Amino acid sequence: MANDKVSKISKRYEIPIGPIHPALKEPIRVEAEVKGEKVVKVDVKRGFAHRGIEYMGMKRNAIQTLYLSERICGICSISHPYAFVLASEKALGIEPPPRAQYIRTIIAELERIHSHILWLGVVAHEIGFDPILFWTWKLREKVLDVLEAITGNRINYAMYMIGGVRRDIKESHILALRDMIDYYRKAADQMKDIFLSDPIYKARTKDVAKLSQDLALKLNIVGPTARAAGLRVDIRQDIPYDAYADIDVRAVVPQDIMGEVNGDAYDATLVRIYEIEQSLDIIEYCINNMPEGKLLAIPNYVALLTTIRKTQGEGIGAHEAPRGEVIHYVKYDGTRDGPVVWKVIAPSYNNINCWGPLLLGAEVADIPVVIAFIDPCLCCNDRIAFVKDENGRVLDYFEIHNMSVNKTMKIKRMLGV
Amino acid sequence: MPTKAMFLMIRQLLQRPFTNPFPVKYAPKNVTKTIEKVKLGQMSINNPIPVPDGFRGKLKYDPERCIGCRLCITVCPANAMEWIPEVRKIRHYVTRCMFCGLCVDVCPGKKLPGETAPVKALSMSKEFLLADYDKYSDNLIVEPTSKEQSLNNQEPSSDQK
Repeated sequence: MANDKVSKISKRYEIPIGPIHPALKEPIRVEAEVKGEKVVKVDVKRGFAHRGIEYMGMKRNAIQTLYLSERICGICSISHPYAFVLASEKALGIEPPPRAQYIRTIIAELERIHSHILWLGVVAHEIGFDPILFWTWKLREKVLDVLEAITGNRINYAMYMIGGVRRDIKESHILALRDMIDYYRKAADQMKDIFLSDPIYKARTKDVAKLSQDLALKLNIVGPTARAAGLRVDIRQDIPYDAYADIDVRAVVPQDIMGEVNGDAYDATLVRIYEIEQSLDIIEYCINNMPEGKLLAIPNYVALLTTIRKTQGEGIGAHEAPRGEVIHYVKYDGTRDGPVVWKVIAPSYNNINCWGPLLLGAEVADIPVVIAFIDPCLCCNDRIAFVKDENGRVLDYFEIHNMSVNKTMKIKRMLGV
Repeated sequence: MPTKAMFLMIRQLLQRPFTNPFPVKYAPKNVTKTIEKVKLGQMSINNPIPVPDGFRGKLKYDPERCIGCRLCITVCPANAMEWIPEVRKIRHYVTRCMFCGLCVDVCPGKKLPGETAPVKALSMSKEFLLADYDKYSDNLIVEPTSKEQSLNNQEPSSDQK
C-alpha cells in the first residue's frame, strides 16, 4: 500500500489545456508535466488566434486599416490605433495639432485605468476572491462611463485619425473627468488597503511568479511585468510622444515605492495600482493645460487618402499600452492609399515568454496566478497551456482554479482569519 | 483576524445591486415566450440606461440627400455598404457594420432648395437593440427604396425580436 503511494507520487503526468476550451477566454495551449503538486516541464504553444489581420490591412486603405487595427484587441482598443497613427504620421510627415495630441493622451490614460482595474479583478478571481472581482469591476464602470460620454461607445472608441482625433473634449466632459479623478483617488487608496495590506492576498501572491531582473531582460519582458521586476522601462519615459513629451513621466517601479524588488505577482499588483494614480495625474495635467486649436491636421478624409497615395515613407509607432509596449511598422510606397507593409508587435507576445520559466517548479495551484499576472491578451499577440496530473489526466481550467481557491482557503485557515 | 476585504464584502452585501437588471432581473425560463408576453403588453421590462450624446447606433440613411459620391464605401472599414448602380444609391448591412461612424463624417450631403447648408444623408441613430434571428431581416438592411424608408419610419425604433 505504502509502496503504491510512493510510486504514484513519483510518476509524471501531462496536463494539456486548450487550444479551444470552454473555460479559456482566448485560444492558447499550455502543456505542463506535473509530478505530485509541482510542475516539472512546461510548453506553451501559441498561434491559434491568427486571423491574418495584417494581410487584410495591406489590402485596404489607411483609414480602413486604422479601424481594423482597433479590432485587433477588444481591451486595448486605443493602443493599436495609437501606435498605428504614430507610425503613419511619421511615414507621412504629418504633425497632429497640439489639442489633438492632448486628447489622445487623455483617452490612452483612461484606457490604462480601466485595463488595470480589470486586471486587479481578474487576479482576485483567480485566487478565489470573487467579491473583490465584482467590487473592482464596479469601480471600472466609472471610467467606462466617462469614455462613453467622450467617445460615444464603451469600447471601440473610433476616436483616432491619422493627423489628429475625430471628437473634441467639451466642458461637460472635463467636469466628468474631474469628478472621475476624485473618485479614483479615493478608490486607489481603497484598492491599496484591499490588495496590498491584505494578509491573505500577500501570502497568496508574494514569491509567486517571481521574475528576476536578469530573466526579464533576457526574455524581453515589457510593460508593468518588467517594471514589477524592477526594470525602468516605459515608452512614455524612453520615447515620449504627444502630450507625454510635456509631462515628465517616470516608470513606476517597486523599489521607489517599497524600497525592494521581488518581481512577483504582489509587485505587479503594486505597480498597477500606482500606475492608476500616475494616469490620474497625467489626465489632470492634460485637462489643466489643454491647448486650444483644431483637431485634425487634414480634416478632409479624401484629401488625407490622396496625400497617402502620393507619399512614400515608412514609420515605426510605439505606444505604452496597459500591458506593455505595442509597436506598429507601416510603409507607404506612393502607389496606393493604404500601407504596403503593416507589422504589429503586441506586448503579450514578449510577456508570454516568461510563462515557461515561471511555471517550472511552481505548484499546480499557482498556475492561474502565473498565467494571469502578465495580463495576457491572446487576440493581440495571437498565439495554450496544458496541465496534467500524475495519472496523465488533463486538469481542466476549473480544477486548477478550484485548487487555487483551496490554497487561498488553506492560507486563510493557517493565518487564522 | 478580520481583514478590510471582509468589511468590504459585508458592505457590498448590504448595498443595492450596482447594475441595471436589463431587460429582466432573472433570466427567463423561456426567452421566446417572455418576448411574446412583452410584445402583447402582459409584462414590462426594465429600460436600458440612456445612451450619451454622440452614441453610435444603427445607421440612418436618407436617400433623398444621397448624391451617390460613394465616399462612404471608400472609407467603410467593414465593407458594410453596397453600391446599387441602377438607382445610384447605397444599401447598408447593419450586421457587418462596426459602428465607427466614419461614413457619417465623410458624407458631404445635399443642399435642398431653400436651405443654407447641406444636410448629411447618413446619421447615427441611438438604436442599439439590433439582435435578430436572421442577419438579412428587414430591420438589419437599410435599403434606399422609398417603400422601405416609409416602413422604417412607421415602425418604432426599438423593435426587438
